[in-house]
Amino acid sequence: MSEALLSIRDVSLSFKGIKALTAISFDVADGEICALIGPNGAGKSSLLNVINGVYRSDRGELTFAGKALRRPRPRLAARLGIGRTFQNNALFKRLTVLDNVLAGLTRKARASLLEHTFRVGRSASESRHFRELAEDTIAFLEIEAYRDWIVGQLPYGLQKRVELARALVSRPRLLLLDEPMAGMNHDEKQEISRFILDVNRDLKTTIVLIEHDIGVVMGLSDHVVVLDYGRKIGDGSPQEVRDNPDVVTAYLGTVH
Amino acid sequence: MTALAAPAPPETVESPEVLRRWRVGPLAIAGLVLAFYALGFVVHDYWFNAILIPFLIMALAGLGLNLLTGYAGQASLGTGAFMSVGAFATYNVLLRLPDLPLPVSLVIGGLFGALAGVIFGLPSLRIKGFYLTASTLAAQFFLPWLFNQYGWFSNYTTSGSISAPKLVFLGADLSTPLGRYLLTLTSVVILTWLAWNLVTSQVGRNWMAIRDMDTAAAVAGIPIAFNKLASFAISSFIIAIAGALWAFAYLGTVDARSFDLDRSFTVLFIIIIGGMGSIAGAFIGSAFVILVPILISNVSANLFAGAIDAGQSENLQKILFGALIVYFLIKEPNGLYALLLRARRRLALWPLKS
Amino acid sequence: MSFFLETLVGGLLAGVMYSLVAIGFVLIYKASGIFNFAQGSMVLFAALAFVTLREAGWDFVPALLVTLVVMVAGAIAIERFVLRALIGQSDLTLFMATLGLSFVIEGLAQLFMGASVHELNLGIDDIPIEVGPILVSQFDLLAAATAGALVISLSLFFNFTRIGISLRAIADDPLAAQSIGIRLPTLWRIVWGVAGLVALVAGLLWGARQGVQFSLTLVVLKALPVLIIGGFTSIGGAIVGGLLIGASESLAEIYLGDLLGGSVSTWFAYVVALAFLLIRPAGLFGDRAIERV
Repeated sequence: MSEALLSIRDVSLSFKGIKALTAISFDVADGEICALIGPNGAGKSSLLNVINGVYRSDRGELTFAGKALRRPRPRLAARLGIGRTFQNNALFKRLTVLDNVLAGLTRKARASLLEHTFRVGRSASESRHFRELAEDTIAFLEIEAYRDWIVGQLPYGLQKRVELARALVSRPRLLLLDEPMAGMNHDEKQEISRFILDVNRDLKTTIVLIEHDIGVVMGLSDHVVVLDYGRKIGDGSPQEVRDNPDVVTAYLGTVH
Repeated sequence: MTALAAPAPPETVESPEVLRRWRVGPLAIAGLVLAFYALGFVVHDYWFNAILIPFLIMALAGLGLNLLTGYAGQASLGTGAFMSVGAFATYNVLLRLPDLPLPVSLVIGGLFGALAGVIFGLPSLRIKGFYLTASTLAAQFFLPWLFNQYGWFSNYTTSGSISAPKLVFLGADLSTPLGRYLLTLTSVVILTWLAWNLVTSQVGRNWMAIRDMDTAAAVAGIPIAFNKLASFAISSFIIAIAGALWAFAYLGTVDARSFDLDRSFTVLFIIIIGGMGSIAGAFIGSAFVILVPILISNVSANLFAGAIDAGQSENLQKILFGALIVYFLIKEPNGLYALLLRARRRLALWPLKS
Repeated sequence: MSFFLETLVGGLLAGVMYSLVAIGFVLIYKASGIFNFAQGSMVLFAALAFVTLREAGWDFVPALLVTLVVMVAGAIAIERFVLRALIGQSDLTLFMATLGLSFVIEGLAQLFMGASVHELNLGIDDIPIEVGPILVSQFDLLAAATAGALVISLSLFFNFTRIGISLRAIADDPLAAQSIGIRLPTLWRIVWGVAGLVALVAGLLWGARQGVQFSLTLVVLKALPVLIIGGFTSIGGAIVGGLLIGASESLAEIYLGDLLGGSVSTWFAYVVALAFLLIRPAGLFGDRAIERV
């Protein structure tokens, strides 16, 4: 195992006194696919929201790429190279597929407002460069046919793919995927799984994903973390987690 | 890479062409601009002040508001106030620094507008949606009051409305109707070009991303606070220049009362009717808002031979505009612009397909 | 000191009227999430209709009843033909739609009933009476009492009846409320009807005080800061916010106005509201939903 890209230490979060996460600690190794599983309301999405600064944790520490994240904010997380997709698609629904993907490149933008306004300096070259990057990612995820569609008009499964493209286009080091296969049929899940494996292997992107389909999780991930009622009850390889009696009673045994 | 083919576009989904932008070549744009310049040399003087100048200035104000509301998604009812900032700031620059060339004075007026926009846009960092109208309404009530209240702004003129200084640029007198038209048209052309650059760049994309979903925009790495304030600044810059032109090139006087809440409403209506989030929309909406009242008063004067008095035709106009607002919001949120797009597509396909 | 008190009391009495208008907004906001900009035009329309009927020789009570019926019918029509078509749109779109509506209502009111100023006499003599050391306008006192009575009965109605409970349920969670059988359109009609009634009372009181004229529509612009201070979802907040704005505005007019050398009432309420937006965006009593992603 290589060293940890992300390490989570003792993270707790509460909403109006209700505990969402209690003293969560684990490491995500560089280059691995880590699955977060657990019943609904276990705090999985909240944990992702803490990692990229959408929520501020009450206690605990995050370390990303060797540096402590003291006050994580969404934009800072993005700048450091943490990409993210959401459980309920959070696309810019009145923009085209291409524009959505291009918007994901902002963390790499260097041209200033004034350069853009007067079309001078880095404006043109950056626009061209961004366009190439976006087209590459669109091709990688095989959504060229929809490049100029307004995303609000696309079916759900394709929207999930566009969201993946938007997160991926800036080549993040860590990608947080919140139920990337929710509501999909078997074939579509296979397809997305292959994309995720490709991203992990070809682009060396570390991935933390939330998924309910245990079969998919076991086949896809190197590392599984199990949450239940905001606490960590299992952490290890898919095999270890499968054999963990706590996990079996709390989750695998009852739900599936 | 996987070898799986992407599924064919599902048939149930509406074709994306409907909302695609109208791609106009640079030649067509250049032709249109030239035509407008040429127009200035052929029309009767009456046309300048009755139609052309107010049309262009209100389109410019609509363009400014559209950047803020249509693109960046921030509501504003303070357009009149930001126009007044431009008018009074430019007036004072012309008065106190008479050696500056006219365009520089206009730009300084615009910069003061941008400053006011940023100040009253600050609450947008904490609040969203129509709550923000309260902040811009504060601007709308406070700023014209300020200019009216303190004589310094109007150089202690007693009547409250002050006549504009002479407009001169490079030795040419721009106070004639044609001069005022050319000044307005040139300002509009330049500012529209800059606005076009912005909205088609990464900046414009970021604004629309924030409009559609701000949390996701932040997660994608878009600086929210900077972009919101930038949209206020640039929008108010353009609106302030529109205000200065309104005072100097159209009214010929600087009067806080001509920048009241009704002015803000009119500009908002321009972008709703013309089309939110499109540059052409501001021009289409402005043409509509300027031409329809003329049409109504002509019709009521000729058809009903004065049976409808001016007050009544004003009421009719109010009802018409109000009803159109509601209609467009319900039926066509992209305004007349989208209707024209659709008509053009039909025409292009005709007679192959109805 | 007694001058200060008189100013304060006068401001508070005006504030009761602000509260009254603001409650009309709170009801509609709670039921449908709309800031109804047309509320001001409804006030004008109600006052104009009543005054027109009175000038045509109608008695007080029939004129009142007919106006009430017209207002409620108009409110229901708005619900049916405009709001239902806009379900699911952003709050900004809904707000702009009510802005359009306000133009239609104002235009209609003036088209059919004229734009001139009408005097409205409710039969209350406006002789100041002495309350302890200070003079208070009798009309203001009665108007405030009427408004107060309406405010109290509305709060009781919406706190203790089935409809009121449904309204709270809708405001909390529209989907859940509908799933347990609360019919949204019915509730909207009721709420818009009540807003019509509130507009009528406000129109009569304001109209009697300053004449029935176009400026009545401007009460909508006073209600917005009241709501920002009180919170958009709280009837109690609307009352407190109204009193706060009324009192501070009339004190500011005297003391701050002297300092600045001019009337500050056009913008003072907005500056207070702006401060609230920056410091406490949910208002004094409003609740703020946590955004879920």
